[in-house]
Amino acid sequence: MTATAAEAAAPHEFPLPKILTNPASTPPTLITQGAEGRLYKTTYLLPDIPCALKYRPPKPWRHPVLDQRLTKHRILSEARILSKCRRDGLRVPDVYALDEAAGWLMLEWVQGTPVRVNINQRLGSRTEGIEDDEELKDLMRRIGAAVGKMHSIGVIHGDLTTSNMMLKPPAQQTDGATGLEGEIVIIDLGLASGGVHDEDRAVDLYVLERAFGSTHPRAECIFSEVLDAYRQSFKQAGVALKKLEDVRMRGRKRSMLG
Amino acid sequence: MAAAAVSSPLPPSTSPSSTAATTSTTTTTTTTTASSPPASMSSKSSWIALGCEGSANKLGIGLIRHTPTSTTILSNLRHTFISPPGTGFLPKDTALHHRTEFVALARRALAEAGVSPADVDCICFTQGPGMGAPLTSVAIGARTLALLWDRPLVGVNHCVGHIEMGREVTGADNPVVLYVSGGNSQVIAYAERRYRIFGETLDIAVGNCLDRFARVLSISNDPAPGYNIEQLAKKGTRLLDLPYVVKGMDCSFSGILASAEALAAQLLQLGPGPDGAGFTVEDLCFSLQETIFAMLVEITERAMAHVGSSQVLIVGGVGCNERLQDMIASMAKERGGSVFAMDERFCIDNGIMIAHAGLLAYRTGFRTPLEESVCTQRFRTDDVYVEWRD
Repeated sequence: MTATAAEAAAPHEFPLPKILTNPASTPPTLITQGAEGRLYKTTYLLPDIPCALKYRPPKPWRHPVLDQRLTKHRILSEARILSKCRRDGLRVPDVYALDEAAGWLMLEWVQGTPVRVNINQRLGSRTEGIEDDEELKDLMRRIGAAVGKMHSIGVIHGDLTTSNMMLKPPAQQTDGATGLEGEIVIIDLGLASGGVHDEDRAVDLYVLERAFGSTHPRAECIFSEVLDAYRQSFKQAGVALKKLEDVRMRGRKRSMLG
Repeated sequence: MAAAAVSSPLPPSTSPSSTAATTSTTTTTTTTTASSPPASMSSKSSWIALGCEGSANKLGIGLIRHTPTSTTILSNLRHTFISPPGTGFLPKDTALHHRTEFVALARRALAEAGVSPADVDCICFTQGPGMGAPLTSVAIGARTLALLWDRPLVGVNHCVGHIEMGREVTGADNPVVLYVSGGNSQVIAYAERRYRIFGETLDIAVGNCLDRFARVLSISNDPAPGYNIEQLAKKGTRLLDLPYVVKGMDCSFSGILASAEALAAQLLQLGPGPDGAGFTVEDLCFSLQETIFAMLVEITERAMAHVGSSQVLIVGGVGCNERLQDMIASMAKERGGSVFAMDERFCIDNGIMIAHAGLLAYRTGFRTPLEESVCTQRFRTDDVYVEWRD
């Protein structure tokens, strides 16, 4: 939920949602303009409780009926799924408040950076030795475990990328920190759905695999660590991974090299 | 020259047949003061390529000239195989069309460009992806020209052809590319020497969805089913409930097609009006367009947010749709960016894009030996090593 400095410093060029124009609210900071909507940082109830406000503005290019239908559905389903995840012990942001007709959802503020940033910082301009990077591989395993936990409680993310996972650094920074320590917090469950089908789990993993490959081409060699940790994380993981092979081989996604 | 029969210039007098449309364009995209050819033969300053495209129902042949600073389109001809309403184009018939028209179109392209086979540096052809039989027919034509004129072959990925032509025509530097046609629906961005696919359809292509929907209602295939749906949709008012299937940066159209076909069947059985189905053909076309284009805009926006780009380039036949262009433009504007869309000359499959992308590869030393000039129906966009870009 942290964007680059340039994005964060951008002035408010967009009209604020009504909730943020309330004189009592803490002046919001526009954190990022994601694909789905805009993310503001403000506070919840007390000035020292930071929170994230996810606002899905009306999309002028979409038919208003379709737009309302999608916005309502996505806000409600995201809130329901987040609550379910919290109940079942998966680390996701807590839901504070929402208004599905006005198009906003207020969530716990998660400290840290998206995993994408951590991986890219770690990779730098390196081209060698990535497959032996134990700290990075450990991060991969934590990603796999978090995704496995999510699937084990019957949640399909729908848009797994390294941008949709936060790395929350430990409260106490130890000496010699690599910047890869911390807890994986899965965010942006706007496209998530409930599901225990191996097919859905496999497609979820496939989306992550493709996104990982296109975002971090050089770290593709250690992606297997994610799947290995996933395999250990719950009982039916093996079946989902078997299905992943089918999904990879299926239809138009298949490469015809060789 | 051995190619006397083919190289003799013919006046472009062939008139389009009743079932086929021929379009022609001659344009200069970039022009700079042309310097006189250098005396030394070692450093070439002008290259000409002939491109042959035939991955679907359009046969396109075009000639392009590159100099270090400019690109000139010498000729860009297209001959389209149009099937009767209610039917699609079958590989066998389409291949026959391409085989029949190839020689005449190649002659006219040369004549219009005003060049002789001796001026042509390389023969570029679509190596995939596309329909097998039409691809093979055009590849045979390209191989024949290459052997006849003793020129090297350059196999081109159809998708990369669209992207490179789009970049050239619009001047977009590093855009997110939405490639939507009858056979492909992909969201592409460039990274580390490859055009990487961020999102795509999980089943059928968006154009295929539109084409097959048109068949149910016997909407004309002339000039294109998508075009006729677009015209009908302009008169639609009511939004019908259709599935909306986006998974991450991927989307799916087969369920929407099934729903739209079911609604169309209902309409054919009950008729429009309040006593019948309660909606019209126009409403159905409108709803289909609104839904599937909203999905495309959504995945494009997600890819833009993901790679941090604000430019979008739309290529492919469906990219001609003005409603889609407007929707993407509105999205890009809100993100502080801009959209690059092309007209039908370059959006719809054409030979010039194959010539252009092929010539870019040729100039980096790329050649396709005859024995490796086999076509592949599935040729991934990210299989191509893009040596001509940084």
